[in-house]
Amino acid sequence: MLSLSAVLFMLALGAVCGTVLSVASKIFYVYEDPRIAIVEGYTASANCGGCGYAGCSAAAVAVVAGEAPPSVCIVAGPEATANIAGVMGLDPGTAESLLSYNTCTGGDRAADKFLYMGINSCQALATLHGGQRVCPVGCLGFGDCVKACAFDAIKIGAHGYPVVNEMKCVGCGACEKVCPKDIMEIKTMSQKLLHLNQYDDRIAPCQQTCPAEIDIPKYIYQTKIGDYEGAVNTIRERNPLLLSCGRVCPHPCEDKCRRGVEDEPVSINQLKRFVADHEMNTGKRLPISVAPPTGKKLAVIGGGPAGLSCAYFLRRLGHDVTIFDAMPKLGGMIRYGIPEYRLPKEVLAWETDGILNLGIEHKPNVALGRDFDIGSLIASGYDAVFLGIGAWKDYTLGVEGENLNGCYTGINFLTNFAVWQQERPHDKRPFIGKKCVVIGGGNTAIDCVRTLVRLGADEVTIVYRRTRKEMPANEVEIVAAEHEGINFTFLAAPTRVLGDEEGGVTGLEYLKMELGEPDASGRRRPVPIEGSETVIDIDMLITAIGQGPDVFFKDESKRLDEDLKLTRWNTIDSEDEIALQSSIPYIFSGGDAATGADLVVSAIGAGRRAARSIHFYLADEDITPPSKTLFGNNIPVSIFESVSGITQLPRTEMPELPVDERIKSFVEADLVITEDEALYESSRCLECCLICYNKDVA
Amino acid sequence: MGYMEIIIGGIFVNNILLAQFLGNCPFLGTSKKMETAVGMAMAVVFVLVLAGVITWVLYTFFLVPYKLVYMRTIAFILVIASLVQFVEMFLKKSIPALYAGLGIFLPLITTNCAVFGACILNVDKDLNFMKTLVQSVAYAVGFGLALILFAGVRERIILARVPKPLQDTSIGLVTAGILSLTFYAFKGMI
Repeated sequence: MLSLSAVLFMLALGAVCGTVLSVASKIFYVYEDPRIAIVEGYTASANCGGCGYAGCSAAAVAVVAGEAPPSVCIVAGPEATANIAGVMGLDPGTAESLLSYNTCTGGDRAADKFLYMGINSCQALATLHGGQRVCPVGCLGFGDCVKACAFDAIKIGAHGYPVVNEMKCVGCGACEKVCPKDIMEIKTMSQKLLHLNQYDDRIAPCQQTCPAEIDIPKYIYQTKIGDYEGAVNTIRERNPLLLSCGRVCPHPCEDKCRRGVEDEPVSINQLKRFVADHEMNTGKRLPISVAPPTGKKLAVIGGGPAGLSCAYFLRRLGHDVTIFDAMPKLGGMIRYGIPEYRLPKEVLAWETDGILNLGIEHKPNVALGRDFDIGSLIASGYDAVFLGIGAWKDYTLGVEGENLNGCYTGINFLTNFAVWQQERPHDKRPFIGKKCVVIGGGNTAIDCVRTLVRLGADEVTIVYRRTRKEMPANEVEIVAAEHEGINFTFLAAPTRVLGDEEGGVTGLEYLKMELGEPDASGRRRPVPIEGSETVIDIDMLITAIGQGPDVFFKDESKRLDEDLKLTRWNTIDSEDEIALQSSIPYIFSGGDAATGADLVVSAIGAGRRAARSIHFYLADEDITPPSKTLFGNNIPVSIFESVSGITQLPRTEMPELPVDERIKSFVEADLVITEDEALYESSRCLECCLICYNKDVA
Repeated sequence: MGYMEIIIGGIFVNNILLAQFLGNCPFLGTSKKMETAVGMAMAVVFVLVLAGVITWVLYTFFLVPYKLVYMRTIAFILVIASLVQFVEMFLKKSIPALYAGLGIFLPLITTNCAVFGACILNVDKDLNFMKTLVQSVAYAVGFGLALILFAGVRERIILARVPKPLQDTSIGLVTAGILSLTFYAFKGMI
């Protein structure tokens, strides 16, 4: 009987509670927008407070009231944002997910300048003389960011600096706010791609020097731990042409390598080539992420390194890009100027295909000024134009007889030969002399002589008006040319080209020179020796004394409302050499077209800077680069006179084909290092940051 | 037992958190930040007083006369849960400002054993209605006091060099123990 009354009691109590609640829900009914419940359903329901609202329902109320964006829930991710935007009838926008990352790799290897016994907080420590670390911009290591992170995504790693777990990070920005040294940054992929090296960045001398600003210590470290894919991705954040650069770059970074102060520098470019070749040899292209589409249309004129780089970065920033190129295939000067033995065109094609695969349109065989002009591009809906037309017009000597039969100019010769080799190998081979002279001391001249040797010229001579020390060509190229049996005639200024009755070239007359006082460029000026005229017998002459942009399009572009300003070297003028905006606001330029003939890697860096300017220009934002932009300069504090703790370790030499084998064909002469060599070479890296580095363990 | 005794006893001597060890989950869970601790304390004051009074009525007028005292646990839980729901609806309609202020802490109290424990203690002592009301208020204030004191300590512990194995909840429990010992000093007062 007892149990029956208990059951009855509970039933009655339940009924009373239920009735009261249901009546209450009617009486106390508050109209609530039904969308609030739907929106709340799409949030993560974690009540984490990361969005700044008291719980998910409060956030949902704010979204429905229009006070918060659809992306309010930082935990649920982009899919939820799209769903919420769908409920609200809003455009989800091109919101990319933010991720936090640490910019200091020094950690506790950075020396202390005083002993600190205060409370365990970076904020507190930073107020005391800016912190106890010698490094002015380094991590203090007390982990305010770790405490601030509500998602347990940050840990202080083994080396005393924070390590972000990207899987857990939601990009709320709490760590960035608390860090007194601005070590923690929170950026989207696009923001990372747009960053230019700054004077207050935590970067090693090599990265400061690289014209493309590649994070060199990071990719070498990734190579060292066997993460070749990670290394490739790191390089691709700054340089889309890693296979090509790995082969042809004269690596200015290695000149500033900190190991190079006491030992031979790390062979950085060989490592780049190793990881790039590793990706190509696996045959599997690594995925490259692209920001959500922005709906802007851009024209890139010129498919060379600058144009490819600009197109690649613009595409990754979410724009629609079309490359207009005058040549049949992409690559520009690195396809039609750099010979096959330095950069096999199959390799280049693999690389350019990878860039086009991002969704870039390529229109070949159309030249600016001949088939279209900038006015017609703007009329057909392009929002901005990048001019990367390169420097394809050879300078001439200006001496008598240089137009005789058998006289060529450098770029012209290389291009004609490359087109024959790549496009029309069944046609008659271009003319090659027996006794050839190439005038000039740059890379174009060396490319010409090494090409001539491979084509079977009996005697090939370089005539240069200064000495070997002043030659602007890459040292490795000069050495290779010497090995391949090229004659060098230094301190010789051509004065006249001699010909026969039929108009064919027969000889070159030159004046001998001696070195005088240094000139503006710091090189000693060659002074002619009176009466020292000498004649060499030749049947072919190539002048490769420099090149500038071919700007014939300017006269043809009648629909431009204003005049495009050029410099006195016919390069496209831009007020700011970092922003690269021309005198017409929607036209940007970069690479050889803006600077005159320069390195491939400089063109790649310029392509990215122009892409940055175009991106901001399209968003109506200020394109002026930050005032602390480094632009290839070095941060004084990071350049050392001497470096302690270095054990001499020999640098890995680049493997080459034997000379007698390589001069018979256009097979690639420089070879890739082996995996073991790459692991050894990457272990030579000191993993420098701004001022700290790993000493060699004795 | 006078009202003064009930008040001093409820807040200090028999502090529901530090002397009776009830409601430890919100004590550890919501004490990392002062802001959340204050929110939780307010919500507990609100719900505990209401629950104490209602369960006393239920106990005195239904359970005791019908000899169903052994049913009190399940009956109290049902009533407290319904009460929290009811209060939530009532506040949302009538006092939206308070509803927004208490936020998510209100529904969290449904599962707070301090509330249930206080109700049981009230009826165990055979208090009359007024004394029940006062004792409920005292317990709730005691809960809030302990929670806010504890949050103040924990906010400062973050800045201290705590050995790795002791970090976070571990040092929190040690601190709670020491806090509990200090409250032990009130034992002789009544």
